[in-house]
Amino acid sequence: MLSFIFQRLLQSVFVMLAVSLIAFSLFRFVGDPVAQMVGQETSIEDQENLRERLGLNDSLVTQYARFVGNLTRGEFGYSYRTRQPVSEMIISRLPATLELGFVSLIISLLVGIPAGIYTALKTGFLSNALLVATLVGISIPTFVIGIFLIYVFGVELGWLPTFGRGDTVQIGWWQSSLLSWDGLKSMLLPAVTLGIYQLTLTMRLVRAEMQDVLKTDYIKFATARGINYRSLYVNHAFRNTLVPVITIVGLQLGGIIAFSIVTESVFQWPGMGLLFLDSIRYVDIPVMSVYLVLIAVMFVSINLLVDLLYFFIDPRVRLKSAKG
Amino acid sequence: MSLLSTFRRVSRENELLYLFLHNPVAQVAALIALLCICGAAFSPWLAPTNPYDIASIDIMDSLVPPAWSDEGDSRFLIGTDDQGRDLLSAILYGTRLSLLVGLLSVGFACTLGVTVGLMAGYFGGRFDTIMMRIADVQLSLPAILVALLIDGIARGILPRDQHDHLMIVVLTIAIGLSLWVNFARTVRASTMVERNKEYVQASEIMGMHPLRIMLVHILPNIMGPILVILTVDLAVAILLEATLSFLGVGVPPNQPSLGTLIRIGTEYLFSGEWWIVIFPSAMLIIMIVSINILGDFLRDAFNPRLR
Repeated sequence: MLSFIFQRLLQSVFVMLAVSLIAFSLFRFVGDPVAQMVGQETSIEDQENLRERLGLNDSLVTQYARFVGNLTRGEFGYSYRTRQPVSEMIISRLPATLELGFVSLIISLLVGIPAGIYTALKTGFLSNALLVATLVGISIPTFVIGIFLIYVFGVELGWLPTFGRGDTVQIGWWQSSLLSWDGLKSMLLPAVTLGIYQLTLTMRLVRAEMQDVLKTDYIKFATARGINYRSLYVNHAFRNTLVPVITIVGLQLGGIIAFSIVTESVFQWPGMGLLFLDSIRYVDIPVMSVYLVLIAVMFVSINLLVDLLYFFIDPRVRLKSAKG
Repeated sequence: MSLLSTFRRVSRENELLYLFLHNPVAQVAALIALLCICGAAFSPWLAPTNPYDIASIDIMDSLVPPAWSDEGDSRFLIGTDDQGRDLLSAILYGTRLSLLVGLLSVGFACTLGVTVGLMAGYFGGRFDTIMMRIADVQLSLPAILVALLIDGIARGILPRDQHDHLMIVVLTIAIGLSLWVNFARTVRASTMVERNKEYVQASEIMGMHPLRIMLVHILPNIMGPILVILTVDLAVAILLEATLSFLGVGVPPNQPSLGTLIRIGTEYLFSGEWWIVIFPSAMLIIMIVSINILGDFLRDAFNPRLR
């Protein structure tokens, strides 16, 4: 167990170092940091002083070490465009993205898992309709789904707001839209847009896994014993599908974060994705590199968490690593 | 008995043809994909007007609804966009650009991935370890993020006045670099299997150059999985291009791709001009669905477990 965790941690550290190296080279070599900071009337002498003060004349290794050090202390530098500290910009945007991702993950699981179990157990019109719907859901690009939802629910029916977060409630530095009716209404369309793709994946996966499990002998035996169907399907069958489902959910979290860039752009949702997109459009390197590092941190910790979860869910994994 | 032996002699290609001729869904998908490709390739001759030709565009014709509605104009079958461009022509030209970027970037990804995969699988060792580590890191980031990032870096490096000319090259490289991992991993795995087979050992003993063994002997034997990824990734690449253009960091606005048209269309959605967004979206979806169905067909056809 310990060696397994240690090995995974080592791998995570390696990934983080690689990503921070990319972020550092972005910061250092794409455009001249000094030229971005000073106005045109600054003399060359002053520029040289600034360069010296920022430590840009040190060796690259020293600079990289300092860069990583600053990152771990949460000092992310200043945006080229707005001149604000990047950490402030990120913190003000972070809640919006996390809440959106959280809600869409909940939607995709709450709908995807029951629908997957249903389509695995029953055949018939509803089951087929659901399966066709997932095929369509996988093939339509996220932004087209978003536009379609805006057109139907925002423009034609006029039921739901189509951009921004609506009213938010401030809790400390965290701006939440989960606590006001208007905020929740604004959240619905973007969260559904973001969740649909994940929903279809979850549903198809749960269905496939359930079908596999239902063919096994122990399920046949349990049926023969006359266990009631609810307990049979939920406790015996579904439980054994959990390992692949958790893997995919973990991977989905990454997908949700990535696709939140697109969804946030469609709905003008003021989250990190929109911030990243703006930083690309205006070549705002500090924001870009910090976003990259943050995303990598999220991905690495999600992967680590998923691996550790296996230990608690599947006794076979525990056994294998004890032997190996 | 003679029939059976005929079947045994059927080569792989004919087998594929046989499966294809007995799969109507794949046939329809192939027909639609072919129509899209032809429409895109011959757009300069098929399209009623040239949307790149500013002289032929009249701003007075902007936002004309499709021809069958009351205010429609018979010159514009499915209406015009905000600049008075004929939407049908814009879609045909846009599909051409989308397909071009898609094909180029998948070609790039395939070349890079197959080269790395073959070498990593054949030689193994340190090169293999390093390449697969890089692939692991990249695989933990979704393709769209990688493409966005490379796009952003290119914007920072390139001089500003050259952006528009080079955007298509940048897009191709960005999308290609975000997709090469799939090829590299699959090719590596297949190469490692082939490497231990007798024909490879025989070629080695005969003193053949490794390059020749890889390209002439191993590569033809692993074409199946490559073809599957090629098809699936073409859909992914077209989707990535459309998404990047939709986000406003893709092709320049004076050369509309499908994503750019959809982006323009969303701005007019609230005022009721639905056609600008609906038709390019429909075109994009039809194209992607048909390519995906073909990809599924190929995957099943090359999967020995399903036969």
